[in-house]
Amino acid sequence: MSISPNSETVAASAVTDTPLVELRDICVSFGGVHAVQDVTVNLRPGEVVGLVGGNGAGKTTLIRTLSGAHPADSGQILINGRPVTILNPRGAKALGVETIYQNLALAENVDAAANFFLGRELKSRLGSLDDAAMESATRRVIGRLNPNFHNFKVPVMSLSGGQRQSIAIGRAIHFDARILIMDEPTAALGPAETAQVREVIKQLKSEGIGIFLISHDIHDVFDLADRISVMLHGKLVGTVNKADVTTDEVLAMIIMGKMPGEVTQRELAELHG
Amino acid sequence: MTQVSGEVQTPSSPGSGRGPTPIERLVRPVTGSAAAGYRALRLGARTMEIDLRLAGMVVFLIFIWLGFGYASNGLFLTPRNFYDVSVQSVSVAIMATGMVLIIVSRNIDLSVGSIMGLTGYMAAMTQRVWLTENLHLAYGGFEIWIIAVLVAVVVGAIIGAIHGGLVAYVGIPAFIVTLGGLLAWRGLIFKLQQGQTIAPMDKNFSILGGGLPQGAIGFWPTWIVGIVLCIGIVYALITSRRKRRSYGFPIRPQWALISLIVGGCATVLGAMFVYNNYPLPPLLTQQFAADHHISADGLVIPVGLAAPVLLLLGIGLVMGFLTTRRPFGRYVFAIGGNPDAATLAGINTKRTILGTFVLMGILCGLAGAIQTARLDAGVTSTGTSYELLVIAAAVIGGTSFAGGIGTIQGAIIGAVIMQSLKSGMVTVGLDSPLQDVAIGSFLVFAVGLDTVAQRRAK
Repeated sequence: MSISPNSETVAASAVTDTPLVELRDICVSFGGVHAVQDVTVNLRPGEVVGLVGGNGAGKTTLIRTLSGAHPADSGQILINGRPVTILNPRGAKALGVETIYQNLALAENVDAAANFFLGRELKSRLGSLDDAAMESATRRVIGRLNPNFHNFKVPVMSLSGGQRQSIAIGRAIHFDARILIMDEPTAALGPAETAQVREVIKQLKSEGIGIFLISHDIHDVFDLADRISVMLHGKLVGTVNKADVTTDEVLAMIIMGKMPGEVTQRELAELHG
Repeated sequence: MTQVSGEVQTPSSPGSGRGPTPIERLVRPVTGSAAAGYRALRLGARTMEIDLRLAGMVVFLIFIWLGFGYASNGLFLTPRNFYDVSVQSVSVAIMATGMVLIIVSRNIDLSVGSIMGLTGYMAAMTQRVWLTENLHLAYGGFEIWIIAVLVAVVVGAIIGAIHGGLVAYVGIPAFIVTLGGLLAWRGLIFKLQQGQTIAPMDKNFSILGGGLPQGAIGFWPTWIVGIVLCIGIVYALITSRRKRRSYGFPIRPQWALISLIVGGCATVLGAMFVYNNYPLPPLLTQQFAADHHISADGLVIPVGLAAPVLLLLGIGLVMGFLTTRRPFGRYVFAIGGNPDAATLAGINTKRTILGTFVLMGILCGLAGAIQTARLDAGVTSTGTSYELLVIAAAVIGGTSFAGGIGTIQGAIIGAVIMQSLKSGMVTVGLDSPLQDVAIGSFLVFAVGLDTVAQRRAK
């Protein structure tokens, strides 16, 4: 009897302690430039990890090794504790890793449904594209994300930024993603649409999906993330629990590369000029 | 044919925000009431879900026909001339359907004329040298023409695979690879059989050329083809409508559906009617009468649909299906629209590009076989400068050099427009250099108007 609560605690911590994804000692270089150097980060189910840093800090490059867009030179990727090799975007998707890219990665000349199902088209029994079924699914998913979306038969190029974003997000969450990478998901959006994206993130989190959130906006990150990993010049400064730090301390990590314990009050004050 | 199939799948769907076609620009009225009429036209096209750009091209084609018909005192508008124009359009039209996919995916193929020449020459050699002289097969046997066409197609596919492999996997620009191909494959023709003219061709093989009397399919088969096409149009429109309705999507109103069916079927049956109103010329009729021991007096034998045109219809349908109804076609368009997005979506872009070049090679092989059959001889010059005609046909047919935009049916109509201009100028007696001036100017003019229209639409 007395053992029971104890073992439950152990079991529970075992569940949360097995990371959904672990990127270990990842290195990527372009020519002689080390874009990412020995970075280790992880992500647990139902957790949002904010990945922050200035321009050129290596956030996007790091995350592209997980999304299959650019393989790492060295290092290891573990999903559910098992080492995996991700060679291309298709391989990443097969492992349940979906990505919403900063530029959205949409083909501008085809319609919403074609983009939604790009690379995983629904086919009829005879092997031809089942456009009606694809349009139907697209209407259902995007209708939920963005009730004002009606232009399903026009090329994406004639849609607004928010509508495009709906396609990119809908496409990422429709295919049973377990791990979601969002690269600046609100950078191009207005306030109402940004609020909508935040709602989506909170809902996905409650469904147990792990999310890497890349953002310039420190307030976005503080609102949504459980933990924050900071990068500077291709290296990891550190990872902190959001609850343990202030925005100023995270800013100090981003700008000076100093962990909260290392930074003085005076330096913190200087951040505000 | 496909241009009336209402379910518009390609990016050039109505209401896409793209501007009017050059032809619409030309006829675009400036006065208020006429402008309202123009808007009504656009709205009508949107309701009917027809491609306005394509409809504009068809109207322009009819305009050319009527213009040359008037200028030639009706000579241009005879069934005989329509037969000739259609047969002469086939080679360019077939290759243009492949060129659409090449250009849509942001590549170019300058070698199509040379591939066509080489494959056509090899088709001739297959039947005159390899099968008959070397393998001693009986001349005129049933298998000969099939093997000859197969050789042309397979050689075309191999050449296409070489080009596509170099472009997609090695990363050499398509312009360079196919410029090399333009020279190399043409040169290779002269190394086969010392570049001699090989003639005549096998009787069955020459059917492909559309020359009379053997190259047309006859009265009843022509009507059967027409009726099958009509059934296809009705079936396609109704099944897609039923499907859209079952999903609760907006569908076009009933009057629009009925006008599309009536318009489409009338076009098809009208074309078949024209083919069946071309009587076999007197000399050939007399020969036919003599062969069949009947009197030639008052004997009228309708020629019917030309065999190569029937082949073009089939190729157009297959290419249209590949382009709009198969993932392959969708990938080609996605690559043309945004290559990075296509890669990030997990598409194997290299294999897709390779596929477009292999397809192009196969179509060049078919065009080469048809051209050789039409000339009834394998000659070294077959297809010379055809690359320019093929690219022009694709571009006149609405294919954008920026990539991502183009249709198969547009390219076919583009080829027919070019051939109509050419034949029309011959009919009215314009001399040859001026013909080139006119066609060259028309190409730049058409694309220029389209570019301006698109810029304004943005």
